[in-house]
Amino acid sequence: MSQDFRLDNIGMVNRNKKISFTFNDKKYFGYEGDTIASALIANGVHLVGRSFKYHRPRGFFGVGVDEPYAILQLERNNERDPNIRATEQEIFEGLEVKSVNCWPSVNFDIGAINNFLKMFFPAGFYYKTFMWPPSFWYKIYEPFIRMAAGFGEASIKHDKERYEHKYEYCDLLITGSGPSGLASAYAAAKNGARVILAEDKPRYGGSLLTSDVNIGNQTGVEWSEKIITELKSMSNVIVKNRSQVFGYYDHNMLVMSERIGDHLPKTQKYLPKQRLWYIRAKEVLISSGSIERPLVFGNNDTPGVMLSSAAKEYMKVYGVLVGKKPLIFTNNDSGYETAIEFKKNGVNPLILDTRKEPSSDIINEAKNLGIEIKFSYVVVAAKGYKKVKSADIAKISDNKKDLSNIENIECDCICVSGFWTPSIHLASQSGNKSEFNEKIDAFIPKKSKQKENTIGSANGKFTLEETINEAFDKGYEVSNKITENNNKVSIPTVVEKKSTDHDKFWCVPLPKGKSYKRFLDFQNDVAVTDIELALREGFRSIEHVKRYTTLGMATDQGKTSNLNGLQLVSDIENKVVPQVGHTTFRPPYTPVSIGAIVGREVGKHSKPTRKSPMHEWHEKNNAVFVDAGVWLRPRYYKQGNETLFEASKREAKNVRKNVGVCDVTTLGKIDVKGPDAAEFLNRVYTNAWLKLPVGKARYGVMLREDGIVMDDGTTTRISENHYHMTTTTAQAANVLSHLEYYLQLVWPELNVNVVSTTEQWAGAAIAGPNSRALLMKLFPNTDVSNEALTFMGYKEADLFGIPGKIYRISFSGELAYEVNVESDYGNFMWEKIIEVGKEFQIQPYGTEALSTLRIEMGHVAGSELDGRTIPHDASLEGLVSKKKDFIGKRSLSRSAFIKPDREKIVGVVPLDKTTSIPEGSYIVKDPKAKLPNPKLGHVSASCWSVEYDNPFSLAIIKDGKNMIGQKLFAMSPLKNKTIPVEIVSSHYVDPEGKRVRT
Amino acid sequence: MLYILCPHCGSRSQNEFAYGGDATVKRPELNKEISDQDWDNFVYLRKSPRGKHLELWHHISGCRQWIKVERDTSTHEIFKTYKADEITE
Repeated sequence: MSQDFRLDNIGMVNRNKKISFTFNDKKYFGYEGDTIASALIANGVHLVGRSFKYHRPRGFFGVGVDEPYAILQLERNNERDPNIRATEQEIFEGLEVKSVNCWPSVNFDIGAINNFLKMFFPAGFYYKTFMWPPSFWYKIYEPFIRMAAGFGEASIKHDKERYEHKYEYCDLLITGSGPSGLASAYAAAKNGARVILAEDKPRYGGSLLTSDVNIGNQTGVEWSEKIITELKSMSNVIVKNRSQVFGYYDHNMLVMSERIGDHLPKTQKYLPKQRLWYIRAKEVLISSGSIERPLVFGNNDTPGVMLSSAAKEYMKVYGVLVGKKPLIFTNNDSGYETAIEFKKNGVNPLILDTRKEPSSDIINEAKNLGIEIKFSYVVVAAKGYKKVKSADIAKISDNKKDLSNIENIECDCICVSGFWTPSIHLASQSGNKSEFNEKIDAFIPKKSKQKENTIGSANGKFTLEETINEAFDKGYEVSNKITENNNKVSIPTVVEKKSTDHDKFWCVPLPKGKSYKRFLDFQNDVAVTDIELALREGFRSIEHVKRYTTLGMATDQGKTSNLNGLQLVSDIENKVVPQVGHTTFRPPYTPVSIGAIVGREVGKHSKPTRKSPMHEWHEKNNAVFVDAGVWLRPRYYKQGNETLFEASKREAKNVRKNVGVCDVTTLGKIDVKGPDAAEFLNRVYTNAWLKLPVGKARYGVMLREDGIVMDDGTTTRISENHYHMTTTTAQAANVLSHLEYYLQLVWPELNVNVVSTTEQWAGAAIAGPNSRALLMKLFPNTDVSNEALTFMGYKEADLFGIPGKIYRISFSGELAYEVNVESDYGNFMWEKIIEVGKEFQIQPYGTEALSTLRIEMGHVAGSELDGRTIPHDASLEGLVSKKKDFIGKRSLSRSAFIKPDREKIVGVVPLDKTTSIPEGSYIVKDPKAKLPNPKLGHVSASCWSVEYDNPFSLAIIKDGKNMIGQKLFAMSPLKNKTIPVEIVSSHYVDPEGKRVRT
Repeated sequence: MLYILCPHCGSRSQNEFAYGGDATVKRPELNKEISDQDWDNFVYLRKSPRGKHLELWHHISGCRQWIKVERDTSTHEIFKTYKADEITE
């Protein structure tokens, strides 16, 4: 295998391990440690994509997180992973990647016609083009925009990979393992602080990996290896590579995404693909470094134009040449380091320096090496379509306005350096207001907002000596604040080449008669002319200019474009950059996988699942389950080929005729204890509670302060100061919080305690005419006769040696009992009930039959107590005490609540006695009335009455009391149904309530 | 995500708590006459101050105690936290 652009004696990839992968279905080789970018460049491939708007050819611009161009789509195990940066994704055996945003291929892309139509795509073209006629939006514009938008295509299949979340606490979080990160981590760790050091790249060391410096007696690389090795051995330090801290949130909470399996061919069984860390740090040191700024000139987006620091890193880290005839275009000394590296590797570069007569150690070294340098020279335009072939260069006048001596020279890459932009994103996210530093023409963090400090080049310190000194000091200072230890490590001496000032020039003027596109934002195709147009059209605020032109709004969030954009706006407006200000940095710093954000909370794990102790029995007996909040409840027990309708009818009928048993474990249960418990209940419920005797239950309704019904249920006085309260399944948690609120904050003088006992008790409702006979067999030693255990009575009883509780309460309207035992005996109880109940034709019934039974009885539930109804609406006004005060009582006398035509619950029966009324239907007087048809109310619940064998519904309608007997219509526009109905009493079955008392 | 010092349990993440609104609202006494206006103010009207705000938080996934938190609504800075009965403003 020969790779034309691979260097033999340099780089950190593992030459002993070759790796094959495919790019656009063609096979390539690389080495372990290569990224897709470095491996492709080694193979001479520079064309990897097409730009967003004009579909211009795209190559590689950077070498890491700042990459605006090389966005690819990864395909593995038949799954697609879009938005992969080729500069970050490491290769592995069998990796398949593809170009995006091009059709039919990256080499021949039809969309490139946009490039020749670019006069039709100026800034804001969306707003101008897709305006009229409005009817075009839905059918033409939107599909068109959707087709054109985005890079790549997400897999629509379920992601089988595993993602995890982790919570971590530390004294000090350090973001970035460059010289400042390493030095401060070392100083703090040695001083006893619990440190997390996060590095987004696979290799630690940051700029030390590519710079020619010495720390102590070692090279930068050796020193960073030594520090990392020692840090890893310390028990108070967590060191993580491939880990990007992308968000800084309130109270020093930072979030980091760790890429664990992204670089492996197949994730190991128990290893997640990615892990999201929620880190609560006492202090944060932001050592995220800086990103090189581009210089702006004609066609500066041509493949082969890239950052000079990237070119250097491709050589030093990956042993890869980005070109063999490089042109270095710089306004500062950094470009020289890249040129020197080329020269050392046998390639002759040409340096164009915008400065007139700069002088420094590095410039002298370049001169001594015989590198050709042209001062006061600029690149006017890159030439070549799919790859740089040559460049028009020119001499620039001292005032940087006029070009002369334009000539064309051959080159195969242009390495640009427009000085450095500190990565202040995290500091800015923490709330730190940045300030513009004239010396470096960039923003740096100002005063700490949260417990954060920014160090190193992220803080505008561009010499290693300053960086190392500051980092050691800060590491000690911050750790000392936390640990109060005084172990100070000595600061090593630093040897580096001194550099001189950069040139503030960054945008090459157009030569007369030329109209080259000069790009600022390389991913969103925003050119100098777009910004100029936006300003001409009256946009002034930088936030508006950003949104109008989409500058900095691509997935790279303008890491390489923001500052040049600001410079341009301030130049045109004759302002200085700080007057223009910068746009807000928001998390995430880099795109984060949705999978990582979701973590393990997918599918069944997206919420907890609660099961009753009898769950297995239900499963074995063909129960079909339904979600009731987080509980799983049997909806019906399927026999043969029964439908839901058939099964629920059979179950409900059997309750009315024989006896049924229903799992009611899910009902909320709250123990209310204390000498003031009766007084407390009296304030919580609308009805009177002071005189309830021991051994008796009572139905109660509780309101919110605004008079709306909050919940209902029965509460039983177990002993003098002990009540057993039940709530609906859905409201259990809210009711407990509600009670705690009043006990802790409003009436702390009441001596009462409440605690949830929902999970302590398993419950079975036994309902039907045979229920007492069954009970007598279940509790042979207890008198359960109608006289001994009256309606709403309570008894403790022995169930085959197990302590049980019998409550004679009924939701179904039949003679019914609820039996509770401790949860662990729940299944025992259930099996006994079924076993003993056989002779009484017992059948289990689910929530669907339960609903049927309660609807035809006119008992209200969640669909009536829907957060909009007061007791009157649900016909519960009989339970509202006129004598005493209670929570929400004052609201009941508000004018809207005492209106004579206030809504009230009624029954609804279709005139044809066969058509079921869809829940949610409107009740109207005239189905043909002009729209909007005034509605009287809505249907809240529907069932098939097993008592009368016809459909029956409950509805809450205006002036319901006086509507009984009227013939109206139920309309369901959703189901396109209009059903003539008669309004009847909501108590359809046994209106006197005789059954429950017999 | 806020980091709230529960006076009973210590510092815990916000996701253990439920927000409970203005802690200075006082429920009118029981069995006392009150005008429609005053009752409406109690039930519906809340200030939304920028800056210091004494508010209720319920440590639902912890000790289940309601606590009072003095927080800056614009910076989220928490100055002090109190047990339910510590201050009665």
